[in-house]
Amino acid sequence: MASRPLALIMQALLYAAFAATIGWFSSNPTYRHLGEGEALLKLSFSHPGQLRSDCRRRTSEELQRLAPNMRQEMDCPRERSPTTVELHIDGALLAHKEVQPAGLSRDGASTYYGRFPVPAGEHRLVVRIDDSVRVPGFNHERDETVRLEPGRILVVDFDPAKGGILFR
Amino acid sequence: MCATATPVPYTRGTPGPMPAVASALEWVESRFDWWFGPEANPWRHLGALGFHLFWIVAASGAYLYVVFDTSVAGAYRSVQWLTLEQPWAGGLMRSVHRYASAAFALVIVLHTACEFIRGRYAGFRWFTWVTGVPLLWIALASGVVGYWLVWDALAQFSAVATMEWLDALGVFGVSLARNFLTADTVDDRLFSLFVFLHVGLPLLLLLGMWIHIKRLSRPDTQPARSLAVGTLVALVVLSAVAPVTSAGPADPSRIEPSLGLDWFYLAPHALMYETSAATLWVAAIALTLLLAMFPLLARGARPSIARVDPGNCNGCRRCFADCPYGAISMRPHPDARIGAELAVVDPALCAACGICAGACPSSTPFRSMRDLVTGIDMPQLPIDALRARLREELDALSTTRRIAVFGCSQGADIEGLRCADTAVVGLLCAGQLPPSFVEYALRNGAQAVVISACAQDGCAYRLGERWTRERVRGERKPSLRVRVPRGAVNVVHGARRDRAALEHQVALVRARLAAASSDAEAIHG
Repeated sequence: MASRPLALIMQALLYAAFAATIGWFSSNPTYRHLGEGEALLKLSFSHPGQLRSDCRRRTSEELQRLAPNMRQEMDCPRERSPTTVELHIDGALLAHKEVQPAGLSRDGASTYYGRFPVPAGEHRLVVRIDDSVRVPGFNHERDETVRLEPGRILVVDFDPAKGGILFR
Repeated sequence: MCATATPVPYTRGTPGPMPAVASALEWVESRFDWWFGPEANPWRHLGALGFHLFWIVAASGAYLYVVFDTSVAGAYRSVQWLTLEQPWAGGLMRSVHRYASAAFALVIVLHTACEFIRGRYAGFRWFTWVTGVPLLWIALASGVVGYWLVWDALAQFSAVATMEWLDALGVFGVSLARNFLTADTVDDRLFSLFVFLHVGLPLLLLLGMWIHIKRLSRPDTQPARSLAVGTLVALVVLSAVAPVTSAGPADPSRIEPSLGLDWFYLAPHALMYETSAATLWVAAIALTLLLAMFPLLARGARPSIARVDPGNCNGCRRCFADCPYGAISMRPHPDARIGAELAVVDPALCAACGICAGACPSSTPFRSMRDLVTGIDMPQLPIDALRARLREELDALSTTRRIAVFGCSQGADIEGLRCADTAVVGLLCAGQLPPSFVEYALRNGAQAVVISACAQDGCAYRLGERWTRERVRGERKPSLRVRVPRGAVNVVHGARRDRAALEHQVALVRARLAAASSDAEAIHG
């Protein structure tokens, strides 16, 4: 072992180096995850699409083929439509997504979450959503010009009960 | 330089998967030995340092928990109050808590890397290695969740990044990231969950750490006092010099474009945003599988394990006490003597180090039986063969000054030391050497004995060099008898790369013998 004064000096230096390493990497170097002058668009929804088909009355032959305890007169399929979304910014398509309903019987909600960094400033946003296979084309649309400051998060959500396409 | 005699078959331990890196690590360790002493050398006690840091984190965290407000509005406010209104207590505790957590992450990663470099992950060590792998992830998860509790801009970034990463797995049915979409979706119950996770995960980590060391006898969980105090003082000074502060309060409608990340815990977020969530999943799964499969990839021929001879085992329990891996248990002796016990070896735990044979009082070479059979022995290098080898080596020496060198197969290579005045006997571990062999060598013509062991506190089999040291000093049974002159026995510690130092020590012994011989000739005329 080195002489005691030298050993103590070296220990102090090495403990200091250890502390400096911990201290520095605990908050340095800074990480930039969004460009200078950028804002963030979050397109997200959790929405059960409309039912793919209406209820229908079973024929007497169909009812006869069913077990006695299963003989319900009305047949109501549970499967829901996929939800398709399009997001245009200043006329350019930013996102297009068709989201299938959750569940083995495809009777749950269609859930989507996407993040899109965009330049800050004024933008024309067009959001179109189609949640029914029985209606041709998009059955919900919102066209609006928004102003986004740098670092702003704009959430584009969809909830028909609260007015359809929401900018939050 | 000595002329090399005909070498005897001698199996050296493997230096690990990266010999050059292992040699560099040994060099670093030996430098730190100089400054800290082996018992307080952090490189030799990274596991113990990890335990120490865990307890610092736990103690400081308990203080913070008392005043933490588990609500959306209160979380940030309570942490700010601690930091600004109580800088001498709460603020210091917060800083120590965070810096000790960072140090813990660094230490466990270094511990994993060093054990890998030393090749200590396969064979009987597989259980300890494999149980250590999930601890890395649990520690990471504990730390990441801890960041969320502050609920500042960094917490928001980390929480959202983690949820986006989990969402990419596509198994939750709903999007977890939607929980942080707007201020309305973040509620107080979420903070109760965060607290539950931040307390529960460290408890799980502690359980995992206990399982991790389960197969070790006398696990190294407490660093030397000077190392423990030095580390704590370094963290407290760091906390005083650079106290931890919060970023601005979390606001789901805004995002801080650049953040001072804690790279010890939050680096995966940066990796994800620089690549993709899928890439991070692939990297995490691949790393986990790779680490967990190292023991399988390195599988080799299993060395013979220790074998007990019931006729020579008197149930003294010394092998049971000395085994570094708890591979020996004591059972009632089959000869039905009341109270008599017999050592039983668990094949799954036995490291084949031979320390048990060195501990056995029946391993004395002075026994007159032609075939020396001891209570517990190593089939690949039995005590009888060691005695025969020693006799053969001593008989082959052609000078009057004679040195016997016993060397550990995991330390410096001793084969090249063999020459006209030096006999060389290899051991599986220095701890395999019964102290009576030293006396036996001296009585059979050797004037000095050198025992080459692993570096102090750096034994490949954990305790072999320590037991050897204590046995030679007479501090541990079986011990070297008092009448054996201690000046004739030299225990030399050194790593695999310290061959030159060992040669130097043998040369010093040779010179000392030569000087003593000249003095004797001068006295006798």
